[in-house]
Amino acid sequence: METVPKVLPKNKYVVSRRVDAFFSDIYHIWIFILRFFKEVFSSPFEFKEVVNQCYHIGLKSLSLVSLTGLVTGIVFTNQSRPSLEVFGASSWLPSLVAIALIRALAPLVTALIVAVAGKVGSNIGAELGSMRVTEQIDAMEVSATNPFKFLVATRVLATTIMVPVLVMYTGLVGMMGSFLNVHQNEETSFPAFFKSAFASITFLDIYASVIKAICFGFTIGIASCYQGYNAQKGTQGVGRAANLAVVLSMYFIFIEEITIVQIFNNIRTLLL
Amino acid sequence: MIEEERNIDQENPVITIRDLYKSFGDLVVLDGINLDVFKGENVAVLGKSGTGKSVLIKIIAGLLKPDSGLVEVLGQKVDKLGLRELQQLRLKLGFSFQNSALYDSMTIWENLEFPLVRNKRNLTAKEVKNAIESVLDDVGLPQTINQMPSELSGGQKKRIGIARTLILQPEIMLYDEPTSGLDPATSIEINNLIKQVQLQYNTSSIIITHDLTCAKATADRVAVLLNGKFYITGSFEEVFNSTEPNIKTFYDYNFITN
Ligand SMILES: Nc1ncnc2c1ncn2[C@@H]1O[C@H](COP(=O)(O)OP(=O)(O)OP(=O)(O)O)[C@@H](O)[C@H]1O
Ligand SMILES: [Mg+2]
Repeated sequence: METVPKVLPKNKYVVSRRVDAFFSDIYHIWIFILRFFKEVFSSPFEFKEVVNQCYHIGLKSLSLVSLTGLVTGIVFTNQSRPSLEVFGASSWLPSLVAIALIRALAPLVTALIVAVAGKVGSNIGAELGSMRVTEQIDAMEVSATNPFKFLVATRVLATTIMVPVLVMYTGLVGMMGSFLNVHQNEETSFPAFFKSAFASITFLDIYASVIKAICFGFTIGIASCYQGYNAQKGTQGVGRAANLAVVLSMYFIFIEEITIVQIFNNIRTLLL
Repeated sequence: MIEEERNIDQENPVITIRDLYKSFGDLVVLDGINLDVFKGENVAVLGKSGTGKSVLIKIIAGLLKPDSGLVEVLGQKVDKLGLRELQQLRLKLGFSFQNSALYDSMTIWENLEFPLVRNKRNLTAKEVKNAIESVLDDVGLPQTINQMPSELSGGQKKRIGIARTLILQPEIMLYDEPTSGLDPATSIEINNLIKQVQLQYNTSSIIITHDLTCAKATADRVAVLLNGKFYITGSFEEVFNSTEPNIKTFYDYNFITN
């Protein structure tokens, strides 16, 4: 037997392994997103499974989102009070809290809880990952069904629907927490608190918040499904997919947060 | 015996493979495969672990793309089909996975219903129920209908995996190691099931295995995969009587002496 010395091809990578992998990932996620839009708008629709996924996502996140919303409201109000009192402006507390909660805290806190602590992101990653590893996804394919439609499209749709719902819920619970704190300290009445709170919120704030929430929900769904659906073989693949689902979701959420805030700040200054 | 009742149509191949190559990176797995499976025929593919048996039938089912070569199933080139056409072809193809690959978040009923209701959209609830009950009867497990896959034994899982493919009335069955990891008695039951499916559903099959008993019991023809090629093909007796050292090791492993 003749042994040929193995020579690696010189330009195996365009830049380096990592940089190449990064760009190929971006490309594949993009293809994944395009495929989502193709599948989600073509019949047959998996309505039942979407409802089922919405229910699970809501259920998994509800208790944590409630608790975090309440605590955020209380703590944020409590911590803001001293600074406002310096200017004798503690009557501005409701509007300050409302603006902070609706514009920034509720979407971000909810998204991070759904993606990370509520385990929705990691759950999707692990679930699809183990289905990939145990060939259940292949089994769906060879039985002439469409696993992308049944597994990915439904989950992405469900997170895109449920995160905005949860964000609004978090906002409300946060406001309730804030009210409890204000009521205890300043003895503001319920109607007075909410009148003052909502006076400061514009339609644009709510609009921006909902848009942000939709983006976050979509991101969590796509990032988690992408990692799970493309999990590598082996038991390690499942854990890795679950981890990467969370990491990727968080990266994108932070990038989107910064971008969307910039966009809406620009709109706001244009309108004023 | 049963063999005489069937006729294998030697003129009419349902699967044709010519010069099939497949590598993963530097690893050459399939190195020029040729194979015909005729209508009504059961072909067993024997080979050591890691020789690419699973890769071969995954290529046939369109789950993996070949590097080069011709793969024709029921007259259609599998690797050239679009998604829609591939799905149409897969309706006629049953794939029993090495590890059963049952949907573990669904009950047995839902496992069987899943491919059925998504492919035959105008069935009534009654027809769905009848179809599910009838395939469960065929594989001999009607009592498992409301159980979860995790509650089943390995042999039962294999049967449900087979039932899940039978529900679409396939013309071709691909079995990936149907008896691996099973005790001899259960293996014999699975072998009988494979024969029964061949007769009852009139299928042609490829049976991947390294279990000689399974090959002998179920196959009309045996092909031995070695180093990416079919080393020898023929009836079980022809292959069995071969004195090739590479074939010999199989018998030694299976404790069969010639
Ligand atoms: N998707 C893949 N990516 C990379 N390598 C693969 C892939 N699938 C299979 N291989 C490699 O191809 C070779 C053949 O694998 P295959 O699963 O076909 O073996 P097998 O003959 O079915 O073995 P066994 O009897 O253990 O099931 C193995 O070395 C495996 O590592
Ligand atoms: Mg195998």
